[in-house]
Amino acid sequence: MLLIECPYCGPRDEYEFSYGGEAHIVRPKHPEKLSDEEWADYLFLRTNPKGAYRERWCHAHGCRRWFNVERDTLSHQIIAVYEMGAEPPRAARKGGSKP
Amino acid sequence: MAERYLRQTPLAHLEIEARARVAVEAAGVRMGEAGFRAQIALRGDASSETFVDAVKEVFGVDLPLKPNTASTPGGARYLLWLGPDEWLAIVPDGTEEETIAAFETRMEGEHFGVTDVSGSRTVITLCGDRARDVLMKGTSLDLHPKAFGPGQCAQASMARCHMLLHQISDELGYEIYVHRSFADYLWRWLEDAAREYGVAVVSSP
Ligand SMILES: [Zn+2]
Repeated sequence: MLLIECPYCGPRDEYEFSYGGEAHIVRPKHPEKLSDEEWADYLFLRTNPKGAYRERWCHAHGCRRWFNVERDTLSHQIIAVYEMGAEPPRAARKGGSKP
Repeated sequence: MAERYLRQTPLAHLEIEARARVAVEAAGVRMGEAGFRAQIALRGDASSETFVDAVKEVFGVDLPLKPNTASTPGGARYLLWLGPDEWLAIVPDGTEEETIAAFETRMEGEHFGVTDVSGSRTVITLCGDRARDVLMKGTSLDLHPKAFGPGQCAQASMARCHMLLHQISDELGYEIYVHRSFADYLWRWLEDAAREYGVAVVSSP
């Protein structure tokens, strides 16, 4: 079980949260100009690093706010928690998702 | 809103009033239902002076800005923090509509939200020496006095359903706001969990 620090409510049990997948994926401005491969990449393909990974979580049983978490997929260590729209607080680590 | 004389609390079928005992000294836990709690969902920008002032004027209390806190209860009106831009306001039963109207007038032209949600939740009261032990069986929320005390509130899960927990004081114990369709389940779960400490059903105001 993870102990996740909600940026609003403080540390809470993982059970209270729902997972929202990889963070910082930007919807292409002109989807009609993309090839099928590029569109499929945006829709379906996610990085799957062994190490630091930036992902979205929602405090579903608490304040119901979305926020970002940087988590090590190998150790489950939570490296950083930051608000939606905020820049990741540290430089991307080798193998981590791109900002 | 329903005709007032037809209203029933979500736990009316459990006949809590009829089961209420007067001699409760031996019980480790006392449970009751504080039904018909008038509740207003409030959304707004905490950094807006207009919003903060309007809350102070209409509800008579300061907007709680610290996460997981409530404005001092005891008064007829108070606010519970739910999120960075969301609160639950408690007002005397029957005054919700006039309160909302007053707030809307005061905030005309501003960006905010105010909604009567009185029927959505009922309140289960839980107090006594072992009340905290009962709660700890059903939630992962840290209820150690260092982490959670009088005047604090939190939304979390209790026995797998959503709750808003508010500790009134050491003597008066806790209030659990639960959505009405979960109320029957949660009452029975809590009463069962409290059985080992001796549980008395009491009449709540
Ligand atoms: Zn939260």
